[in-house]
Amino acid sequence: MPAAITLSNLQKRYRALTALDGVSFAIEEGDFFGLLGPNGAGKTTLISIVAGLVRPDGGTARVLGHDVITDYAASRRLLGVVPQELVFDPFFTVRETLRIQSGYFGLSNNDAWIDEIMHNLDLTSKADANMRALSGGMKRRVLVAQALVHKPPVIVLDEPTAGVDVELRQTLWRFISRLNAEGHTIVLTTHYLEEAQALCKHIAMLKQGRVVALESTDSLLARFDAAQIVLHFASGRLPDALRDRATEPDAIERSRVALRLHSADEVETILATCRAAGAVVDQVAIERADLEDVFLQIMGAAPEPARAVLQ
Amino acid sequence: MSSVPAPEVVNGIGRPTGSVFGAATGFRTLYYKESLRFWKVGYQTVGAPILTAVLYLMIFSHVLEDHVKVYGNVGYTAFLIPGLVMMSMLQNAFANSTSSLIQSKISGNFVFVLLSPLSHRAVFAAYVLAAMTRGLVVGAGVLLATLWFDMPGFVSPLWIVVFALLANGVLGTLGLIAGIWAEKFDQVAAFQNFLIMPATFLSGVFYSVHSLPPFWQGVSHLNPFLYMIDGFRYGFFGVSDVSPWTSLAIVGVTALVLAAIALRLLASGYKTRH
Repeated sequence: MPAAITLSNLQKRYRALTALDGVSFAIEEGDFFGLLGPNGAGKTTLISIVAGLVRPDGGTARVLGHDVITDYAASRRLLGVVPQELVFDPFFTVRETLRIQSGYFGLSNNDAWIDEIMHNLDLTSKADANMRALSGGMKRRVLVAQALVHKPPVIVLDEPTAGVDVELRQTLWRFISRLNAEGHTIVLTTHYLEEAQALCKHIAMLKQGRVVALESTDSLLARFDAAQIVLHFASGRLPDALRDRATEPDAIERSRVALRLHSADEVETILATCRAAGAVVDQVAIERADLEDVFLQIMGAAPEPARAVLQ
Repeated sequence: MSSVPAPEVVNGIGRPTGSVFGAATGFRTLYYKESLRFWKVGYQTVGAPILTAVLYLMIFSHVLEDHVKVYGNVGYTAFLIPGLVMMSMLQNAFANSTSSLIQSKISGNFVFVLLSPLSHRAVFAAYVLAAMTRGLVVGAGVLLATLWFDMPGFVSPLWIVVFALLANGVLGTLGLIAGIWAEKFDQVAAFQNFLIMPATFLSGVFYSVHSLPPFWQGVSHLNPFLYMIDGFRYGFFGVSDVSPWTSLAIVGVTALVLAAIALRLLASGYKTRH
């Protein structure tokens, strides 16, 4: 059984910029997969290669075993992509847009499924409205609907909740989670790490075109410091002996400092060190690390990839 | 409410079938969408060019009808009608492909075509056929509107149909190439104003090239649009500046060369798949 998406040594350069530098990994069928990284990490380039919008300089990408270049028709039928940009055709209504998108995929009589998608994305009341007349949030819903008209087994969402309200996020994630539960593979890029933590079973992190982390969300959270202790100093400052533990090295002179905590046993040691240094701690809080902490640690710790100087 | 089928039980939907019918539906849909696009703004895309052609005819025939005879005994108004019909078809077939593509590229919605399993041949055929449809609708409208002024003969309807189809195909293809190449609206405008418009006006729409000095006759014969209009006019009068067979060969070869270029650009993803 081929993986939903298989990437093998993908490379892409734009002049002197290396967008992807030998990316290889596989996303299994039925997974809810998060693709994370800062702006410019290569997430959208990677997705665009899988979707056939960008040609790689090297390597291969496959969707359920079908090469995205040599077997493009098959791979695109298996893939639904929600683009990052809010794009639409101003000549058509919502229903016309969805019928046209169905037709591109060879489906001439798809109204029952189109009605169901519109119902699930709260678009039914706008079915006959021209695309120009829709709000940004509604246009985003239509983009999602367009990606789903051909019931693709693999669905890629490139920052689908960027700039949308809470209601749409909840509606969208309810529907996407249902599709995932029914067997569809979901690949998500997002800057909202709490969404990725709540939804994704596996996560890949990209930095400057390279994969710097690739594992299950649970093990990723467990691999790094599980918690942090936040100290508030009534007087004095963080002792030098504890400076290496600070999660934000720039903040060690402040009255509120967060320190990495590897086990509960360390709490008393940290407080004793503060007392010995004459610092008075009046508030203590212990917080679990979340995906954002993990993300910051990985992105901070990952080495800068060596860059070829291009002429 | 029915549930979404899990991938392993998706009855052909969402799984690669390689179906010829699926590919045909994709082509038909893109052709329908491109045709619906111009039809929805019909005042601009069909009505306006017909009105423009009628105004040309009224003015030129008023000024020249009593002073100019062409091919011996053909009145100027009758001579002008096929030229205006062809000019309107050429300009509108070109405009349909270019305007659609450049708008889709700049607004970003061309991505929906790129994400689909449509082949480059299907995309080519759909865009060119939609351009031909608009050109033929406008041409038929101009012909009907101008017949009220004079009635050219319909000596050889087959030549009329052949040259109408070929010329619309050539300009639809040229529009597709321009739309793929252009990245800004002003590049499309430059293509239209500095290439299509002069080539159309200098191809014998308003005059017979035999009336030109020898040097300009020679220059005119380098213009492929001349053969489209001349061959088309042959179908109306049975007389032309160039043999219709020569015109057919030149227009046919032009169509094939442009089609090969357009297909190559689409297949390679030139300026569309980066």
